[in-house]
Amino acid sequence: MTGHLLYALAGGMLFCMGWLGLIVQPHLLRKIMAWNVMGTGVFLVLVALAARGGTGSFDPVPHALVLTGIVVAVSGTAVAIKLALHVHDRTGRTTLPDGDGKTAP
Amino acid sequence: MIWRFVEDTSWSAVSIFTPLILAILAYALRDRGWRLIAWASVVLPPLAATALLVQVGRIGPVRYEIGGWGSPLGIDLQADALSALMVLMCAVVGSAVSLYAQSYFGPERAHFWPTWLMVWAALNAIFLAADLFNVYVTLELLTLGSVILIALSASTSALVAAFRYLMLALTGSLFYLLGVALLYGQCGTLDMALLGQRVDSSVPVQLAQALMILGLALKTALVPLHFWLPAAHSAAPAPVSAVLSGLIVKASFYVLVRLRLDAFDTVSTVAGDHVLGVLGAVAIVWGSLQAMRVKRLKLLVAYSTVAQIGYLFLWFPLAREAGAASLATSGVVLFALAHACAKAAVFLAVGAVMRVAGHDRISGLRGIGNRLPLATFAFGLAAVSLMGLPPSGGFAAKWLMLQAAITTGQWYWGIVIVLGGLLAAGYLFRFLSRALEADRGADLPPARGRSHAGLEVPAMLLAVAACVLGFLGVPLCDFCDNGMSHGGLGDAL
Repeated sequence: MTGHLLYALAGGMLFCMGWLGLIVQPHLLRKIMAWNVMGTGVFLVLVALAARGGTGSFDPVPHALVLTGIVVAVSGTAVAIKLALHVHDRTGRTTLPDGDGKTAP
Repeated sequence: MIWRFVEDTSWSAVSIFTPLILAILAYALRDRGWRLIAWASVVLPPLAATALLVQVGRIGPVRYEIGGWGSPLGIDLQADALSALMVLMCAVVGSAVSLYAQSYFGPERAHFWPTWLMVWAALNAIFLAADLFNVYVTLELLTLGSVILIALSASTSALVAAFRYLMLALTGSLFYLLGVALLYGQCGTLDMALLGQRVDSSVPVQLAQALMILGLALKTALVPLHFWLPAAHSAAPAPVSAVLSGLIVKASFYVLVRLRLDAFDTVSTVAGDHVLGVLGAVAIVWGSLQAMRVKRLKLLVAYSTVAQIGYLFLWFPLAREAGAASLATSGVVLFALAHACAKAAVFLAVGAVMRVAGHDRISGLRGIGNRLPLATFAFGLAAVSLMGLPPSGGFAAKWLMLQAAITTGQWYWGIVIVLGGLLAAGYLFRFLSRALEADRGADLPPARGRSHAGLEVPAMLLAVAACVLGFLGVPLCDFCDNGMSHGGLGDAL
């Protein structure tokens, strides 16, 4: 098993762990962090692919993708935290209310 | 002279930068220039979209390298018949929404404008993106913008719906991005057309295809991944609901279609396409039944979107057979256009109803048609298209899809298409029959002297557009057949 495959598999595992966390963790901040773990998993897969060519020659394209992806992740996290704060201010809770808002007026 | 100007200008870039520049201006000017910006966004994007359509019609698919960098590190724009029609759809619906929002929000909520224009730019950028990663970035831009728009009304239910939507949409995008990573690892390119030549049926490609379809189906709200949609679409302010239901769900669906046509053409499986078709059929029935059950008008319209999205997914099994591919594709494009206009018209009309009645409980809306004749008429006209009655865009689209189903011997999809129309009539008449009753005045607040023309006219214009589409079926089919990236669609599939 080569090194880059190991990293790519680790990335896949991180992705799945993050996904699980996103589903089972009720706390809003934990959800946001779980989403970031998922994203890191994808970035790890991309970086592992960039190093695949062998020693010395790196493919620059996945690196550019990861850099852009990090910017997207930061903006997404910022919006999510701001929304979570508003939800907390309004309901006094750190979790989403039960149900899907169907009964809300 | 004028044709040279139309042919030589890169209208794809203009279509993206027009709303983008207006968004930045709207942000810089804040409260002062909002009305000027709003009118500019009513007028300019449709002009750019029309020019793009004419350009693609005259010289075929257009590719433009922003800044001359070129792929793989530069950003390329690719406009063909499908993208040009989608950009035009955004322009028509967006223009009406910009007109409506001026009356709906007034000078307060001036921060609606930069966000909405940013969403518009992101939509056009998705439709014109030539490579998979730019699709990812623009999908995320769209997500962030639409989340802010949902939260705009700042009610608790809107905030909760916005947070739920944000988490689901971001997760969907990551599934898509993981698919992009796997594809790049296997094929070494992000360009959709090049991918089409390099994909094989190896495990990473199949996994990538599954991940991307899953992520995009979550964002398009295909049953059973639709659970976030009704709350999000009904909690938003009316013009935002119109954009969400009319345009934003189409963006992720467009990416699915684009992937299938350009990249996964050779590696898609019969079973996979039929699973998508069956889920689409379940969506049509399930969404309609829910729409018949709910008590609030906005939720009814949101569940109607869940049902109508099902029709879009019938494209996958219908377009498989070579003989019917171009019929099915023209049908689904026409369906997307007609649904965008009709659903946006319905949401705008419902916004006017809520303004007057102060609520949207269906049982309390008896006689609202007397107060809002034009909005109720717009609702009715749009309902004609949603049910698929002639003459309307919805009818022409369903007709094309039925033809595709029958020529390929897949008559069972035909049953679903017809049944969906009957069910749509069932839930849409729940509102219409009450609205057209005599005004007893008991259920509604007393009439005030205010005119609601600013809310009613844009809804009416969109409803008329949805019906006019019914007469454009044939030219639209020709345009789709001749202007796709890969020669004729029939050859591609």
